[in-house]
Amino acid sequence: MMIEVQLFESEKIRLAPIDHEKDAEVESIWTFDAEYLRLLSLEPARALCPAQIKKKYEKIEKEAEESKSLFYFTIRTRPEDRLIGFARLYGVEWANGVASIQLGIGDHQDHRRGYGLDVLRLLLRYAFAELNLYRLAAIIPAYNQPALGLFEKAGFVEEVRRRQAVNRDGQRWDLIHLGILRPEWAERNG
Amino acid sequence: MKKNLFRGRLVRLIAGDPGILAENYVRWGRNTEFTRHLFREPAVLWSAKKYKDWIEQDIEKDNPDEFFFDICTLDNERPIGFIGLFNLLWNHGDAMVSIGIGDPENWGRGYGTDAMLLILRYAFQELNIQRVTLGVFDYNKRAIRSYEKAGFKLEGRVRQAIQRDGAREDVLYMGVLREEWEAENELHNPGSLEYATEESGKG
Repeated sequence: MMIEVQLFESEKIRLAPIDHEKDAEVESIWTFDAEYLRLLSLEPARALCPAQIKKKYEKIEKEAEESKSLFYFTIRTRPEDRLIGFARLYGVEWANGVASIQLGIGDHQDHRRGYGLDVLRLLLRYAFAELNLYRLAAIIPAYNQPALGLFEKAGFVEEVRRRQAVNRDGQRWDLIHLGILRPEWAERNG
Repeated sequence: MKKNLFRGRLVRLIAGDPGILAENYVRWGRNTEFTRHLFREPAVLWSAKKYKDWIEQDIEKDNPDEFFFDICTLDNERPIGFIGLFNLLWNHGDAMVSIGIGDPENWGRGYGTDAMLLILRYAFQELNIQRVTLGVFDYNKRAIRSYEKAGFKLEGRVRQAIQRDGAREDVLYMGVLREEWEAENELHNPGSLEYATEESGKG
């Protein structure tokens, strides 16, 4: 009987905890890019200074500790250990075995390199094989085609289309809910 | 100007007294049919004190992204349920809605649908948002019919989103757009936005 012993590493990246000393400087620069923010969140875009990011980290760790419904990771390249993004499982409902998933890669130069797919694969295994959840959801605006493609590649399917739920530059976009069930994930992973 | 946004054909929206609301929630919560049609979370039994503290904390917080009301019939001050908008994203004009009618004797009488029509008018004509969203369990057929009657359209199905009695159940998402609501009101209820004619508040 074998169990998986390395949950947090792929060939290209690893999932790691927050580095409270160094990460805030890097993440602050990502927030100067409105495109990054608008792909990631429906909150009004605004740049955050390192001090604000540090406060956010403290809030994240407090919530993860107290609620048991949040699992937050930073993403780092291997072997350089350079911070390139974050990923989280949030809104975990233990009785229903469900959670939502989100990830962000900060710098344009780190896009389209396969990091996202590696992160998703690790996080799906973590959700289904370590947390023993039954399904995961992802909520993505229709204009974020790269993310939709990535999640579909990892096995997610479209389930809900909230019509015209997002307003960007005066244009309304659908908000898409995707989902994946444990049996679907298991089948893809032999 | 509309005469009274908070008065419908069958029900009124009010701000209930926390002590009375807490007693209501204790009574309603004994009936897990109520709880399991409304909440994703495991059914629990809270004391009246815990409910009262929770309600008072909510009042204290005064969350700008939430608008919750208690529902009364027109002839009685006693709340029969609640309705509210939450997770309101002002910059996109989308909000979730949640509604519960507590005592089984008040189910199936049109109170919920009437309250929903009031909250939609409030959402579109007072808050001026663009759409309203809700999630409902697939097995809650009575609620789904009521939401359809109020103008909601099915937008998708979150597969196997909850687990009850060992079975996985879907959660349906429904939504109504401002334009749809306006067209519907014009078509079927000309002047319906003025239906509160019996109430005072002359303007």
